[in-house]
Amino acid sequence: MRGSPTIGGREGSAPSRRVGLAGLAAEPRIAPRPPWGRLILAGSAVAAAALAAIPLVYLVVRVAGAESGAVADALLRARTAELAINTVGLVLAVAAGCLVLGVGTAWLLARTDLQARRLWIVLAALPLAIPSYVAAFGWVSLTPLRGFWGAFVVLTLCNAPMVTLPTLAALRQADLAQEDVARTLGRSRSRAFLEATWPQVRPAALAGVLLTALYVLSDFGAVALMRFEAFTWAIHAAYTSSFDPTLAAVMAVVLAVMGVALVAAERTMRGRQARFGSMVAARPASAPVRLGRWRMPALAALLAVAGVSLGVPLGSLLRYLGRGSGEGIAVAPLDVAADALTTVGLALAGALVALLLALPIGILAARWPSRLAAGAESASYVGLALPGIVVGLSLVYFSLQAVPALYQSVWILAFAYGVLFLPKAVGAVRASIERVEPGLEDVARTLGEGVAGTWARVTARIAWPGIGAGVLLVALTAMKELPATLLLRPTSTDTLATSLWRLTDISAYAAAAPYALVLTVVAAVPALLLTRDAVTGSTRAEGLQ
Amino acid sequence: MRFPARPVVATAAILSTLALAACSTGTEADEADGALVLYSGRSEDLVQPLIDQFEAASGIDVEVRYAGTTELAALLQEEGDATPADVFFSQDAGALGAVARAGLLAELPEGVTSAVEPGLTSTDGTWVGVTGRARVFVVDSQQVGVDEAPSTIHDLTDPSWAGQVGIAPTNASFQSFVTALRVLEGEDAAQRWLEDMIANDVQLYSNNTAILEAAQAGEIQVGLINHYYWYRLEAELGAEGMRAQLVFPAAGDPGSIVNVTGAGILAGAQDDPDALAFVEYLVSEDGQQYFVDATYEYPLVPGIAAPEGLPAVAELTNPDLDLSDLDTLAETTALLAEVGLL
Repeated sequence: MRGSPTIGGREGSAPSRRVGLAGLAAEPRIAPRPPWGRLILAGSAVAAAALAAIPLVYLVVRVAGAESGAVADALLRARTAELAINTVGLVLAVAAGCLVLGVGTAWLLARTDLQARRLWIVLAALPLAIPSYVAAFGWVSLTPLRGFWGAFVVLTLCNAPMVTLPTLAALRQADLAQEDVARTLGRSRSRAFLEATWPQVRPAALAGVLLTALYVLSDFGAVALMRFEAFTWAIHAAYTSSFDPTLAAVMAVVLAVMGVALVAAERTMRGRQARFGSMVAARPASAPVRLGRWRMPALAALLAVAGVSLGVPLGSLLRYLGRGSGEGIAVAPLDVAADALTTVGLALAGALVALLLALPIGILAARWPSRLAAGAESASYVGLALPGIVVGLSLVYFSLQAVPALYQSVWILAFAYGVLFLPKAVGAVRASIERVEPGLEDVARTLGEGVAGTWARVTARIAWPGIGAGVLLVALTAMKELPATLLLRPTSTDTLATSLWRLTDISAYAAAAPYALVLTVVAAVPALLLTRDAVTGSTRAEGLQ
Repeated sequence: MRFPARPVVATAAILSTLALAACSTGTEADEADGALVLYSGRSEDLVQPLIDQFEAASGIDVEVRYAGTTELAALLQEEGDATPADVFFSQDAGALGAVARAGLLAELPEGVTSAVEPGLTSTDGTWVGVTGRARVFVVDSQQVGVDEAPSTIHDLTDPSWAGQVGIAPTNASFQSFVTALRVLEGEDAAQRWLEDMIANDVQLYSNNTAILEAAQAGEIQVGLINHYYWYRLEAELGAEGMRAQLVFPAAGDPGSIVNVTGAGILAGAQDDPDALAFVEYLVSEDGQQYFVDATYEYPLVPGIAAPEGLPAVAELTNPDLDLSDLDTLAETTALLAEVGLL
């Protein structure tokens, strides 16, 4: 059912692959029967996007229900502008910081003759396991860092792996021969990298930067601890002052608009996906860059980054663990274990919800890019841009209206996780499907395999590792989620994050430390699984070639 | 990125289904069935022992949902009549006021509301005060000598305190204090004080605990907090570990007010004897004594002694201030938003 067998990704180079809305109608090549599969796919994508947009709908209802004067007042006050500038500044700074740190680390680990590479990859991935509020707490308790720079450091270090890991994977799969050619033609090493290799890894790196930027937009824990007055601080203040929720809703809408702008910016900057791979089956390994006298500085830099991003939070936790609690709030290992089990179960359920929502959106965006697909994809990103409390309240509203029987059940909470962290899954599905060379599918079709069979035996098999990684990422993030969990969890159900909140709320840091530590250890499992591909340096996609 | 193997996925699916099944509980009924659902804005570690005590004494099963007081107030407003909650136990009067104004609270029987000293409970009988908490200064004793400590909030706008004072503008107790300031000295004076504080580079924190920790670390010299936070930290660190020390504002100063925690019954549980039994227990002798011993708060029922070392609650309550006047939280938050603290 494909237009042309040209190799290419989204916005591919062959004009016949540019399928507009109208392109959802039949294409003439194979059969004249209506493309039911594609229509069902498009329908599912729209439905999934609508579910993901529930928080936005809720906000619009809230804002629309307010007096127009109140909305204008909330929007136009100087404070709103000030907070917007603070947030934009932080988002840009963290995005730039993560881009430099992530790409730099990935390049060192993928392209140089550095030793103990596996160890470094693991160390580079582990900060993913540390919740930003735990990291911020560590920095506040051990260093004098506060305000903008405090928030910048914490959020950059926590989010850098979001850029490092995909860039590393992309670098390993990049066609490095092009860089060698550029070198042969007299380009300097950095210019050759920028001109030949960077375009190949840019989509992966920018996708990571986008997820980071959206996370920073919506983060509350770290900015609150660092006392940096970002938008989320003010949204939280407005809600928790229990007065007219209009101010909170208006500000959350501003945040959503910023999120959409970020998604659009990334779309523009990502540009055309460079062709994935070449048809040349054998891709000779390019010789790694010899670090020479740069070896020590490179090692020192990696060590320093790992040291501060892991050492500070864990050091502070261990210090509190050692201090003990005078008041004697006893922590029973069984309680921690029970919370850990609940956390894992909920996070996995959330990841499965995210996967179900992401599949139609991601497949549509990868295979039939259109305005509809782009719209669905953008809508799926909204949840990540909104603070957890907004998404939480929106689902309180939604579940009471639509499915009251499920209110305060684990299902709604799992659904909230799915909506909140959907972009991580959508990005993974889209990228993984794009990666499947259409030629392979065509070969399968030519050999007599049906549409469904082709998807199951070729596309899904090749794309699965990447999609699985996205699912892991959702689960990992869901484990650390707090505000929506507090609002939506079943009464008397505790996760590691809520227990952590309960204890820090009464300053029982010594008692809270074991929960934070176990949360980090549990979250480290998916984080480590995410490095497997980077460590072995191969994917099934390559294995199949 | 690579995802290992299908067995892992299968295991994950099974695990999560099991966990979900285990977590799913049936929906609870609202009638008098020896069970009630409590929304508690007060911390689990502070009130769960009391709830256990109540369950043992009454045989009533209490299912508690813990979250921040103000999140719960927002939640109750979002839920409206559909709320599963029977009782709301709040950290402050403001949140109870907001929920009551939304028409979500039932009127309590006279016998319950009259148990508490008037002036420390609601005026319309929609909720009852449970404990009192005094607003105090916390000072870093290494930087601030006894005679140098501020005695009124108006000392703090002096340039000598520039950059040295910590407040938590999003905190409900701080907002109650600002309301008291507005009521006692007028809107203009309140706005001027806030603006002078901002001009004096006041340091903003997210809550009382953060301020106390900052004073304890010498990060700030003075902070505005509630009294019991200090007692709790002292219980953890011991008296000799307390670098931060408490200073009570002079009597009559707007900085010297007593905020109350309180409880109300949701409209849907108006006729639920279990809900009423719980609220009655909170203002019973056992309930009140629990708070004195375990949380260092002021009891509100006459005849029960305050925690040791605290000035009498009468010395702190401002004769010119009626607690019901503190109900104008919306104006306070508007003021805080206008001067740029929210």
